[in-house]
Amino acid sequence: MSTEGVIYRVAGPVVTAVGISPKMYDVVHVGDEQLMGEVIKIVGDYSIIQVYEDTSGIKPGEPVTNTGRPLAVELGPGLLTSVYDGIQRPLPVLRDKMGDFIYRGVAAPGLDHEKKWDFTPVAKVGDEVAAGQVIGTVQEGPMVHKIMVPLDIKSGKIDSIKSGSFTVDETVAVIDGKEVCMMQYWPVRNPRPVAEKYQPDVPLVTGLRVLDTMFPLAKGGAAAIPGAFGTGKTVTQQSLAKYSDAEIVVYIGCGERGNEMTEVLTEFPELVDPRTGESLMKRTVLIANTSNMPVAAREASVYTGMTIAEYFRDMGYNVSLMADSTSRWAEAMREISSRLEEMPGEEGYPAYLAGRLSEFYERACRARTLCGEDGSISVIGAVSPPGGDLSEPVTQNTLRIVRVFWALDTKLRERRHFPTINWLTSYTMYDKQLVDWYKTNVADDFPTLRAWAMQILQKESELQEVVQMVGSDSLPDEQKITLEVAKMIREIYLQQNAYHPVDCYCPLPRQYMMLSLIKKYSDLAEKALAAGAQVDKIAYLPVRTRFNQAKYEENTDAELQAVSEDMDKQFAELGA
Amino acid sequence: MADITKEYKTISQIAGPLIFVKKTEPVSYKEIVNIRLSDGSMRRGEVLDSSDDIVVVQVFEGTTGIDRDASVRFLGETMKMPVSKDMLGRVLSGAGDPLDGGAKIVPEQELDIVGAAINPWARDSPSDFIQTGISTIDGMNTLVRGQKLPIFSASGLPHNEMALQIARQAKVRGENEEFAVVFIAMGITNEEKQMFMKEFERTGALKNAVVFLNLADDPAVERIVTPRLGLTTAEYMAFELGMQVLVIMTDITNYCEALRQVGAAREEVPGRRGYPGYMYTDLAQLYERAGRIKGKKGSITQIPILSMPGGDITHPIPDLSGYITEGQIVLSMDLHRNGIYPPVNVSSSLSRLMGGGTGKGKTREDHKGVSDQLYASYAEGKDLRGLVAIVGKDSLSAKDRKLLDFADIFEDRIVRQGLDEDRSIEETLDLAWEIFTELDLDQLTRIDRKYIEAYLPKKE
Repeated sequence: MSTEGVIYRVAGPVVTAVGISPKMYDVVHVGDEQLMGEVIKIVGDYSIIQVYEDTSGIKPGEPVTNTGRPLAVELGPGLLTSVYDGIQRPLPVLRDKMGDFIYRGVAAPGLDHEKKWDFTPVAKVGDEVAAGQVIGTVQEGPMVHKIMVPLDIKSGKIDSIKSGSFTVDETVAVIDGKEVCMMQYWPVRNPRPVAEKYQPDVPLVTGLRVLDTMFPLAKGGAAAIPGAFGTGKTVTQQSLAKYSDAEIVVYIGCGERGNEMTEVLTEFPELVDPRTGESLMKRTVLIANTSNMPVAAREASVYTGMTIAEYFRDMGYNVSLMADSTSRWAEAMREISSRLEEMPGEEGYPAYLAGRLSEFYERACRARTLCGEDGSISVIGAVSPPGGDLSEPVTQNTLRIVRVFWALDTKLRERRHFPTINWLTSYTMYDKQLVDWYKTNVADDFPTLRAWAMQILQKESELQEVVQMVGSDSLPDEQKITLEVAKMIREIYLQQNAYHPVDCYCPLPRQYMMLSLIKKYSDLAEKALAAGAQVDKIAYLPVRTRFNQAKYEENTDAELQAVSEDMDKQFAELGA
Repeated sequence: MADITKEYKTISQIAGPLIFVKKTEPVSYKEIVNIRLSDGSMRRGEVLDSSDDIVVVQVFEGTTGIDRDASVRFLGETMKMPVSKDMLGRVLSGAGDPLDGGAKIVPEQELDIVGAAINPWARDSPSDFIQTGISTIDGMNTLVRGQKLPIFSASGLPHNEMALQIARQAKVRGENEEFAVVFIAMGITNEEKQMFMKEFERTGALKNAVVFLNLADDPAVERIVTPRLGLTTAEYMAFELGMQVLVIMTDITNYCEALRQVGAAREEVPGRRGYPGYMYTDLAQLYERAGRIKGKKGSITQIPILSMPGGDITHPIPDLSGYITEGQIVLSMDLHRNGIYPPVNVSSSLSRLMGGGTGKGKTREDHKGVSDQLYASYAEGKDLRGLVAIVGKDSLSAKDRKLLDFADIFEDRIVRQGLDEDRSIEETLDLAWEIFTELDLDQLTRIDRKYIEAYLPKKE
């Protein structure tokens, strides 16, 4: 089998080569500068290659070499805190090698092969071990990095195992004569196997009231955030990355803005994780393939991120994976497909768009891993529909797969209601599965309270239609109160300031307390009305201003307690 | 290496801006091409697709007058922009040739015009407040150094006046650094050009500017190169010479039309509305050249101007731009018709990097609250306008009437300002506090109470 060939044609990121007889998705090196590429189509003797780097100046006749291996990532100690491009080249290393701009033809391994890690064995000589089983651990920052038997060794007996300081490619154990080091390769387009997938029934707690209470995502589930530009997809994604209770965060900046990645890169290291007391960055892997970086690498970036997420899931961790934005990924597919002159499907997207999206989201799961522990990957994919039109192919194909839909709304953005998650159009299909968890872990009446709040909001939208026609004066008193209560739910509860030091994270007990207080106000108002109090008096009780501000106070819970007492007092004064 | 002295007379097909050349030696992708017409005149082009059998060349100056006898020479290198310190004050064509009668640029360096992507790891976060003197921008959609903030306009709106006002007034306060403007015109009319040039000369801005002019009657394909030449120059001045560069690009819509034209000529599968599927990536390669780099003094701030076809913000051009740029300033026909300049529709405008450039130590501690309050109250007031049209003002509550009036006062006092009115950020914020007195205290829900006490003027 020949591995050396020559370029026949160059058109943008797509290069055609002859004479390499590759397998599909083999990685090849293209041209005198050895640019990295991947075979995506084979026609007779012609191999069509998508190249991960700029192809300007490359010409027919230059050499092409086939590595014979599919695109794979390096997995092992050193992944955490890393910042990669779409094909797992560490950006800090690239900067050291070629300066502030990314030029091409520079290779850099995903892991540091020089650094030594302290390996502590947990298996001993003579143990029978199988693929995916933990044989030792490495302390990596605040996390315990478990070293697992590589998946190509089905099972075997440990001949020898060492303890001490090693680089990632030094042998730490020998299993049935095969040497095992701490690093493994995995081809990014293949899902890593698990022992058994479960039904998710634990929520991913995010500290965002509108998500945790109204539209929770289960650990191991998938959610989509579609929204026109400027509605806060990225801010929501970043809040989730910062505050959700996953142990590992994989953040993929896929075809997005450079300055936004800078924001993530400067903020994450500064954020202190309340559980470990160390910076959030120490349990994060970032993938930054900005919009002006090569489009083929953008296409690969989501797979690179997902494979890294799966690797940590396999150790038994809960991983949350943010992909911002899956639309850019879809566009990369479209761009490459159109260069291949493939027959387009809807709006120029390739016909395999739906298939690729579902394959990707299906890699989210809660599972018993091969090492026998429970792990999960929760996927949160941002979608950027052109013109905010949700009927476009990427949004529609995504919604067919995911079970949680957080709809971001331009109208809410315009009135600076953040997060701009629309409470009428968003949905979660995990609510039934999660009821028990909320009852046990928050409060017995929490699900009822949630249903009540949703009902009020629904009623408000109906009443608003009437108000638009005839003005609010002509509504009966009870309905005016309903509008006021809905306003409280919106302004006090649903609005949350992601940049405020206190309000940015709202623990579940506090969420319960706030919502109960609104319910209390509603009940008291109803009673007061029945006792003959005026609507205007009820609506403008001074306690409301205090309630509005309470979530920003440093000692929020005490302040909420005070609000509750004020409420009792002021309603009593109304004579109710 | 291709023999660069070799001329080919093997053109097999000419279509739109493209020529197809057969039987060449290996030619690289993006290589520069000289085409000699039968009358002896020269054209320039670039290789779009290269294979052993056929090479597709995109001709910058258009294919009018080219026949199959024209001879083609491949230059063996990709397109470069000669750059030098002495470029300030120069007026160049859309292809980079001098238009001001001056000498050719003596290059200190020749830079690839495609430009490499800035490594995200090397980027510095933009956080220096740029005061434009326009309240709706400074107060509510703050511009910072290294940002790309486009103006979304429509035909018939004064976006050019506004861009000029920004170029004239923009400054980072308290600093006296080298400042330069790169002005990139793509397909603008001769009249617009006159207006810009006259203004540059009147204010003396030209001596700190490099101007690239591709006019409406210049070849459309040249428009694809013009912004790249300009941005390459900007990068040189910012990251080699350490200058603070403001890049104004007008009109992005014309640029996108040119992209579509080339795409159609190549018979590519089109994306939305006939624009090429790679338009997002292509635009990103322009916009993403804005920014700052760690350890370097200079910066590139971009103000691209685009006219939304039919005023439609969901049209692919504003839509894709909005997904790449860090916010947008949207101009409104309604405000313009009401005689309000600058007609900024704040509700749909946004600056994503505002948070990093505002607040204590940058602008003023109350900035964020004031901005949020203006947005919220104005939005409520605007909603009420619709209601009043149906039920009349009398049926509003006293509080609602105040909000309704607030919307009018806001447009009149904050949005409206003179062409030469340069408001400092303090003036803008104080103005906002003045109009807050029109509202009741309990309607100011977005501002911290301590700022209300400190800044709200006491009513007599």
